[in-house]
Amino acid sequence: MTDPTNKAEPLLSARGISKSFAGVEVLRDVDLDLMPGEIHALLGENGAGKSTFAKIVAGVHRPTRGTLRLNAETVDIPSPLAAQRLGITLIHQEPISFPDLSVAENLVLGRGSGSPLSRVPWAEIIGDARRLIDLLGVRIDVTRPMRGLSIADQQMVEIARALASDSRLIIMDEPTAPLTPKEVETLFGIARRLRDEGRTIIFISHRLEEVRALCDRVTIFRDGSKIATEDIGNLTDADIIRLMIGRPLKEYMHRGKSHIGEVALKVEALSLPGYFENISFEVRKGEIVGLGGLVGAGRTDVARALFGVAPAASGIVWVNGKVVHITDPSQAIREGLAFVPEDRAVAGIFRTLSVEQNITAAVPRQIAPSGIIRRTIEKAMAHDSVRRLRIRLASLRQPIGELSGGNQQKAILARWLLTDPSVLILDEPTRGIDIGVKAEFYDMIGELAAAGRAILLISSELPELLALCDRVLVMSEGHLTADIPRADATQERIMSAAVPQFREAAA
Amino acid sequence: MSASEMPSAPSSQDAAPPRPTWQVVLVRPETMTFLLLIAGVFAGSQLSPFFLDVAYILRSFTLYSEFAIVALVLTMVIIAGEIDLSPAANMALSACIFAWMQQAGVPIPLAIGIGLLSGLAMGALNAIFVIGLQLPSIIVTIGTLTLYRGLAQVIAGDKSIRVPEWFIGIDKVMIGGIPLPVVAFILLAIVLGFVLSGTIFGRQIYQIGTNEVAARHAGIRTARIKTGLFLGIGLVAAIAGIVTASRLGSVRYDLGLGGELQMVLMAMLGGTYIFGGRGTILGTFLAAWLLVIVSTGMIVANVLPAVQLVVLGVLLIVSIVATNFIYSRTQR
Amino acid sequence: MNFLRTLLVRREAGIAVMIVLFCLAVGAVKPQFLSLDQLRIILLLTPLIMIAAMGQMMVIVARHVDLSIGSTLGFSAMVSGMLYRFDVDWFGFDVPWWTGIPVSVVVGALLGFGNGVLIQLFRLPAIIVTLGTLSLYRGLTFIISNAKQIDRQWIPSEIKGLSQTSPFTFPEFLPIVGKFNIPWIVILAFGIAILAYLFLMHTRMGRQIYAIGSNPVAAPLRGINVTQVNLAVFTISGALAGLAGIMYASRWGFVNPSNTGNGFEFQVIAAVVIGGVSINGGVGTVLGTVLGVLLLGCVAAALPLLGIPGTSQAAIYGAVILLALLIDRTVRRQGIVSLKRVRP
Repeated sequence: MTDPTNKAEPLLSARGISKSFAGVEVLRDVDLDLMPGEIHALLGENGAGKSTFAKIVAGVHRPTRGTLRLNAETVDIPSPLAAQRLGITLIHQEPISFPDLSVAENLVLGRGSGSPLSRVPWAEIIGDARRLIDLLGVRIDVTRPMRGLSIADQQMVEIARALASDSRLIIMDEPTAPLTPKEVETLFGIARRLRDEGRTIIFISHRLEEVRALCDRVTIFRDGSKIATEDIGNLTDADIIRLMIGRPLKEYMHRGKSHIGEVALKVEALSLPGYFENISFEVRKGEIVGLGGLVGAGRTDVARALFGVAPAASGIVWVNGKVVHITDPSQAIREGLAFVPEDRAVAGIFRTLSVEQNITAAVPRQIAPSGIIRRTIEKAMAHDSVRRLRIRLASLRQPIGELSGGNQQKAILARWLLTDPSVLILDEPTRGIDIGVKAEFYDMIGELAAAGRAILLISSELPELLALCDRVLVMSEGHLTADIPRADATQERIMSAAVPQFREAAA
Repeated sequence: MSASEMPSAPSSQDAAPPRPTWQVVLVRPETMTFLLLIAGVFAGSQLSPFFLDVAYILRSFTLYSEFAIVALVLTMVIIAGEIDLSPAANMALSACIFAWMQQAGVPIPLAIGIGLLSGLAMGALNAIFVIGLQLPSIIVTIGTLTLYRGLAQVIAGDKSIRVPEWFIGIDKVMIGGIPLPVVAFILLAIVLGFVLSGTIFGRQIYQIGTNEVAARHAGIRTARIKTGLFLGIGLVAAIAGIVTASRLGSVRYDLGLGGELQMVLMAMLGGTYIFGGRGTILGTFLAAWLLVIVSTGMIVANVLPAVQLVVLGVLLIVSIVATNFIYSRTQR
Repeated sequence: MNFLRTLLVRREAGIAVMIVLFCLAVGAVKPQFLSLDQLRIILLLTPLIMIAAMGQMMVIVARHVDLSIGSTLGFSAMVSGMLYRFDVDWFGFDVPWWTGIPVSVVVGALLGFGNGVLIQLFRLPAIIVTLGTLSLYRGLTFIISNAKQIDRQWIPSEIKGLSQTSPFTFPEFLPIVGKFNIPWIVILAFGIAILAYLFLMHTRMGRQIYAIGSNPVAAPLRGINVTQVNLAVFTISGALAGLAGIMYASRWGFVNPSNTGNGFEFQVIAAVVIGGVSINGGVGTVLGTVLGVLLLGCVAAALPLLGIPGTSQAAIYGAVILLALLIDRTVRRQGIVSLKRVRP
């Protein structure tokens, strides 16, 4: 491999790229050169700006300031479509597709121009699609509808689409998260081939081993700024982590030991065919149990089953020593469970309703003992929560949608604390939240455990699991594959349990 | 699109300041309805002195009171994020069943009971399809609208069924100078207005309409509440159907034909948001009066009934455009 | 074998089987149902619905619905009827007999375009907008006609002839089909279906309709001009309803401001959804819709034979819509989204 930085003209050069959302700067003066024929990793914590940068290049967002030069010409990329026409394709983690149309049609849709009544050259489309899919060395029947294709195959179709439009720059935004190791290998093989053809690939991931296996250079983002761009060989993992978080991991999170009491939640042989099988574990009072694994491993499904959103088909659950059969969230709440769901916008907040209403949503009996809402009680409860969790807002009557993500999440947490749960299930509680607020959350979670609540923490961020949890459970493809005590927990152990094929391959 | 990368993510800064109260009140859709109502009364009084005659207005209102009563419940259904286009057909079928029963010799109170039960059953059928089978209410109720109206036609054929003389004229019964159906409308509006704004049931209706998934996660029994609403609107539609039978003195299968338009119109004109989560009983209450004033005004002004159809259609479209505009501008 | 499996899985095959079974069942009770005369009756019951169903189908594939087509049909038929009635008063001469056809189509297209503009411009749910224009267009029909019917004598005999005469008759010597003929209006309806098939399957815009219905959010990201496509879809739906309007005048020989087209939308929607067009958008074929129309035609033709009064037709349409919803749900268990929740 020749050094790509060597004298060659950059394919894309970004100068002074900045981006603000609602007056808040999320990207600050980023300069970056991408060379033809390189795989370039963008690394950084959630919210560090790497995805925002990628989306600016792909035309999803427009920069507030700064210029992009493509092949030494200044370009303006107002839309994803414009990006596509310039030869830039963004491949989403879960590709956007038209599920009712065939693979071949999905490949060509939006390509070319012509009158609305011009004929669709079916034979040519199907022929081209077969050729492109064959080129990638995967087996997909291009006349099948997209619906029902695995995520990996959908990504392949996206990549084929990038090739069809002869993209010179392909951006992969955390493509490997939902893939099996075998699929990851296929993807990497294709990515290398594309690079060798002289195309440029931006690879966004938080998995260092993948970055190391695939990429030529890395750029590290932190808090909206570019921190460094280096050849991957010049950095050790420790260097990268240091650059990403800006301080040693140890200081990043800490919590005191809390007293671990009796079993609060016990699960035995919980199964929901197609989602998870034979899940057994227990969580004690005062204990924080992590639940790790890859996206799609079935962690959220277990949480949803426990909480009665999508009940399990079989298995026994004990809450505080009592067998319960929970088939509805309202029942779960009565039994002392609480669940902060993963996707706040979808399953958490009532966007247009007041913060107050959002906070008191799960405790109707408390604010309306007789069915009639007692405003004074409600107001007092909401006020108290806002003060305790330090929720920053202008007024309790403000629609919650006007608050920042972190404060929305605090309001959801406040909602559940009002139910005084004995078991708290947190599903990716810090996703999309500022680093500063994150630290506050970690403190809060620690305090909650110290107060004797049992906490099941689902997280994809390994450092989060390692720092907060007394034990880490790991799920992989619907099965519980590990139960690691704090002392033995390492990133490697969790990862290898999350990816069972990894072990088989190694063995 | 991942919410995590969206604009909300990075700001730990203080949130935007709230709008001043006067602005919040002024841009509410109900305010618009109220102003239109005043304008309507004013324009009407220029047109004819009848408009300042309260008794005349009240008499006119009885013609619309049945729809208006159902529209109050429909408002709650729409706020909960669903819609029901079938209540007008439900009115016809319940009334036909009632009239047919009493003609066949069933005592009137029992016939009324059966009519109301059938209304409830129609609400239940809607609920089974929408809540049980998770099908979109908008299409389901187009189907049941056709079905209920068709069944009414099966029962009554093309003839009209008469009801006994003494049963006729509920609209002529006065309570304190106000016709009974109007009193019922006003009372129901007060009750439902309180239920919607002051009770936990009402609160949860808004929460379901705003975000049903979140509502379920917060332990709100969405299925139970929505089923209740569909049963409620079924029952109320049946009551309205029988009241109509009493007012008209006979029942045909086309009783209340096209009423779904007027009901939806009252809710929309009162500022209920078509996508759910927003709206008030007060708005629908005002809109019902506005509609009566407009319709009566057109009658007084000798406008063809056909033009009234045009005006209703235009009003519906204008009111959703306006409501959507107001909400998108003020409450993002 | 593979072919057989495809056939079983395909929705169209299911409807075809239903048609055959239904006809055999009715024929078992009333053998005269399986006669050529009866076939002619069935065929004559369907063309109006079939023409409008092609438009409605496109609308539903694009994840909308058009409730106004009955009123559009009435209005366009009325405009043409009045043209025939008052041509001498207005222009001083008799317009040629065929004038009503383009006039109805253009008038219908304009009304449909009006729906499209409201829906697309203001981002409103089609169902509410078309509920409004259902009333609006019906009212306009009353206004222009002064609430008066256009009687039989004003409709040109050539127009009426389209429902009675046929371009060719099977020669008498042929067994079974001898002397059988297919009226123009039926041929026209099938012609429209073929055009609809070509448009939906073989033109760029046709495919874009499916794309929009399949994923309305992603469609503009792929460079599909959603506004253009939606406007076209509603315009086509209106134009076809207009064509159905002049065919109404042909079939029944009069145009009435209140009856013509009243309740027509429910028949059409029933035919389309029973034909396998998913109310969730993105799915549906012309063949399925044609079969759906024919199935309804068979049912409608069987009713009088079985001694069921015609007044029960509406109830059957309602039941059919609900039944189709149930089938649709069973066919695609996953991914049922409420129409209302999709904001373009």
